[in-house]
Amino acid sequence: MAMTMTQKILAAHAHLAEVKPGQLILADLDGVLGNDITTPVAIKEFEKAGFDHVFDREKVNIVLDHFVPNKDIKAAQQSKACRDFCHKHSVKNFFDVGQMGIEHALLPEQGLVTAGDCVIGADSHTCTYGALGAFSTGVGSTDMAAGMATGKAWFKVPEAIKVVLKGKLSPYVSGKDVILHLIGEIGVDGALYRSLEFTGEGVQSLSMDDRLCICNMAIEAGAKNGIFPVDSLTLSYLEGRSQRPWKIYEADEDASYIQTITLDLSLLEPTVSYPHLPENTHLAKEGESIFIDQVVIGSCTNGRLEDMQAAFEILKGKKVKDGLRVIIIPATMQIYKECLVRGYIEAFIDAGCVVSTPTCGPCLGGYMGILAENERCVSTTNRNFVGRMGHTSSEVYLASPYTAAASALTGHITDPRKV
Amino acid sequence: MENVRGRVFKYPDNVDTDVIIPARYLNTPDAKELAVHCMEDIDRNFVSQVCAGDVMVGGWNFGCGSSREHAPLAIKTCGIGVVIAKSFARIFYRNAINIGLPILESEEAAEKIQPGDIVYVDFQTGLITDETLGCSWQAEPFPEFIQNIIDKGGLMASLKE
Repeated sequence: MAMTMTQKILAAHAHLAEVKPGQLILADLDGVLGNDITTPVAIKEFEKAGFDHVFDREKVNIVLDHFVPNKDIKAAQQSKACRDFCHKHSVKNFFDVGQMGIEHALLPEQGLVTAGDCVIGADSHTCTYGALGAFSTGVGSTDMAAGMATGKAWFKVPEAIKVVLKGKLSPYVSGKDVILHLIGEIGVDGALYRSLEFTGEGVQSLSMDDRLCICNMAIEAGAKNGIFPVDSLTLSYLEGRSQRPWKIYEADEDASYIQTITLDLSLLEPTVSYPHLPENTHLAKEGESIFIDQVVIGSCTNGRLEDMQAAFEILKGKKVKDGLRVIIIPATMQIYKECLVRGYIEAFIDAGCVVSTPTCGPCLGGYMGILAENERCVSTTNRNFVGRMGHTSSEVYLASPYTAAASALTGHITDPRKV
Repeated sequence: MENVRGRVFKYPDNVDTDVIIPARYLNTPDAKELAVHCMEDIDRNFVSQVCAGDVMVGGWNFGCGSSREHAPLAIKTCGIGVVIAKSFARIFYRNAINIGLPILESEEAAEKIQPGDIVYVDFQTGLITDETLGCSWQAEPFPEFIQNIIDKGGLMASLKE
């Protein structure tokens, strides 16, 4: 039977010649991930069930990124619980303050996930690694605990939606605009339980950072995972970085898809998702009447080097609008350092922005940029639900780093092609 | 699993895990502390009114967003005996099964049931009865594999076997 890319990876990890959509399988895991919010719950479950060791100390990845450097005593206790667990079980890939980054930027950067992998993470944006040609999906803490104990997870083999990409993005349009546009087309449950499989000649024009951003938000369409084919760009990214040998899976020519969507990249324009759902998309050029109080550029969606470069291109030598708070958060220490070397951070500070060490903080309304009553923020993060970044009457507008930086200069939603 | 009879709290489509339990409270894994803030960003009265065995009803894509298991945990710890929705977001669906929060999918039931109705759920048959309206609906049955996890009391308990 012909299979999609996701189905082939799942079949291989379940030691089966083939799998069919709807089939329940038990798959071997190449990686299990948790963060400082989800890991403490997993530790409780792991210990309550009486397990005394992790299945493979090199395949458990624990990253403190949501509330670090710790925002309060309770958050510090959670980090300590993770730290103690990693020490006790000699977890090799434990990332504490100083080495950490936002997990979904960090793991690909450090070569801890690679093409052909089957990975679960107790964080919904674990679907990011599909950009490398891996199957990766978000789960809860109990699945993480079971994964750490056994090295396996159960999955229902998903049906697939094929997204055929044509053409090439225009200047100032990025991967974020691609995924926001797609979510606007199919809705926040348009890919529920399914895999989003990207293909077509348009793929080659997308950078790794674009692909990581696109797969990152597959969950915002309800998808189980997003995945890109492995091409020469993927291989050059993995070369010298991947800590394990990779394997390339390709969808069969005659694989079956429940739906096919064609996107002409050259027609896309800077796109913004208005409150309170990512599917509520509008063109940035139509948002000039929406005045804002804050801009956030960062997160697992858009805290990578190209995102910082986009912000730099717009902000260098300029000043952010008076009265606006602009928070820029490079996603890993390596990205932070590179921003320093390239002069981005100096330019950001000169423009009137604040630059933070890596954290998920403001994206989920944790800390470092909480919104007051009725305040509005243009943010490169991934969710704009009620109360997501602070007060329940505050509003989050999701956009690309170009659009967010352009909006930082004007104080209202702004098409980056206009500044 | 014990059958449930309770009063309905009804919510719209796309109830996300940020409103079920806002991230500002995720600095603790303690279920009781989390339960105090359950649903507060969309329903300030929920926690003070909910009683053990009550029923939560949602629309499409219930539990979308974050993977936080704190969300089903908070709902369960509040006393909710079952969540009925038109559909569930996939991570929430897994999490609910893994931690033993009963969930049922029924488009019709989730459409017709009204806030405040008294609803009875028979888990053996999957029959949902709205005693206020005098109507019954059959929920979608779980695959056998998942029913097994539920019967054993959650994922970790089933692993121990």
